[in-house]
Amino acid sequence: MIEVRDLTKRYGKARGIEGLTFSVDKGEVLGFLGPNGAGKTTTMRIITGYLAATSGTVKVDGFDVFEDAMEARRRIGYLPENPPLYREMTVGGYLRFVSELKGIPRPNRKAAIISVAEAAGVDGVLSRVIGNLSKGYRQRVGLAQALLGNPEVLILDEPTAGLDPRQIIEIRNLIRSLAERHTIILSSHILPEVSMICSRVLIINNGRLVASDTPQGLSERLEGRGRIAVRIRSPKGETESLIRRIPGVVSVFIEPDDAAADDKSILFVVETDGKTDVREDIFFAVAEQGSPIIEMRPIDMSLEDVFLKLTTEERLEDEREVASGA
Amino acid sequence: MRNVWFIFKREVAAYFVSPMAYVMGAVFLMLSGYFFSIILLATHDASMQGILGNMALVFLFIAPVLTMRQLAEERKLGTDELIMTSPVSITSIVVGKYLAGLFTYMVYLAITWVYPVILIKYGNPDMGPIYSGYLGMFLFGAGCLAVGTFSSSLTDNQMVAGVIGFGLLLLFWILGWAEALVTGPVGNAIANLSLLKRFDDFQKGIIDLSSVLYYVSFIFIFLFLAVRVIDSRRWS
Repeated sequence: MIEVRDLTKRYGKARGIEGLTFSVDKGEVLGFLGPNGAGKTTTMRIITGYLAATSGTVKVDGFDVFEDAMEARRRIGYLPENPPLYREMTVGGYLRFVSELKGIPRPNRKAAIISVAEAAGVDGVLSRVIGNLSKGYRQRVGLAQALLGNPEVLILDEPTAGLDPRQIIEIRNLIRSLAERHTIILSSHILPEVSMICSRVLIINNGRLVASDTPQGLSERLEGRGRIAVRIRSPKGETESLIRRIPGVVSVFIEPDDAAADDKSILFVVETDGKTDVREDIFFAVAEQGSPIIEMRPIDMSLEDVFLKLTTEERLEDEREVASGA
Repeated sequence: MRNVWFIFKREVAAYFVSPMAYVMGAVFLMLSGYFFSIILLATHDASMQGILGNMALVFLFIAPVLTMRQLAEERKLGTDELIMTSPVSITSIVVGKYLAGLFTYMVYLAITWVYPVILIKYGNPDMGPIYSGYLGMFLFGAGCLAVGTFSSSLTDNQMVAGVIGFGLLLLFWILGWAEALVTGPVGNAIANLSLLKRFDDFQKGIIDLSSVLYYVSFIFIFLFLAVRVIDSRRWS
């Protein structure tokens, strides 16, 4: 449904995003996770056509968002981080304006407005002026606007930011109910939120894609299970069980599709409980046996590092905000 | 085309639900009424000549204020993310907004028709220069509004947009003085770019096709620039 290829956006010298590639299948709910300034909003703005990419392509349902902009835009409903509302308009008047912009034919407009207003829970406030609504209701009006024209793709930029806990739960439930009929990309910097709603998660940091997995896979990796790849030359038959006996090792298996395999070395993947460092123990155990280790490296450890980095960066940012505020 | 209409409709509504259209209209009509009364009392002449010239000058000050909100506010409030990601071209957006300003101006102009009506009732005015004067007034105002729409595309700050628009319009006014300062064809060429100088002929009852063409291209160029400015922002 959405194909993003080698997407790069630079703001002058500063980097927005760098070489982002991913795709979203029909009916999928994709979560963008990353700290503020990671490039989530930039990516979404390029997909919706608000910004042009420095290089790379985005296709929505086969239509390039730059070359076939109008066709692509007809298939996208977009809720920016700040809902794009005209404060002086009534909710009904605003939704009528958006339905006109989206090219909904006049006879269908009224029905379309009523159906999205019901879906977003704003059918009771259609005659109210937007400027007088609460933040939660404005977010819903923004969502109703994105739903108009029944677009196949919904792009939601931090849809729960700035809402109170009850409103957050309501909006989450709403998004989950929309997932049945739409392909959704939503961004957040709250990990549990993404894992609750999304079927797949992309983690972006400093404009680069650092991980892509299901929420389950992600949380398993985040729970601190370490994985180490060890390449051993001329191992004996009992090498595998030797490593398994080392305290802290959870499991050992031989990597089945080993690209660098030759007849003498074998790549073992060692899973640890993540608390103990088993590398020294592996070294001594295998060395005693007389088999040289020619390579040892952690697998996917970067993910944990990324998350530590994410949280520390956020903390630093908050501290900086507090400092500058005071 | 339909999209121009949708943008236009919303923009006109925005003008008339806010005090903007009324306040600007009141100021314009108050000053126009003053000029009409004072010039008529002084000359006892059933003509709009001179009156229209002063009205045009007043509108030169009004136009940037009337248009400064148009594109700047969309950007400030983030509503540009809606219209720029809708299946609507930037040209439709700019033209729709420009026409809304023009419509508001035409409402003002229509109200000022009470002055010719008064002249007809109590005198015997030559209608030719009045019609051509109003055509000139329309073209002149349309030019000012195009500059205003362009200025509004440059920034997200209404105040800044207003000041830029006002500065540009002042420049296009005083270009007319070049003739007196620089002699020869150069001074003439510069003076011909002036928005107000072209307007004088219309007041006298002369409809010069080149002047009409000048105003139309003037409008076209500034609207085109506004479209380019907004389009280029996607690349920043």
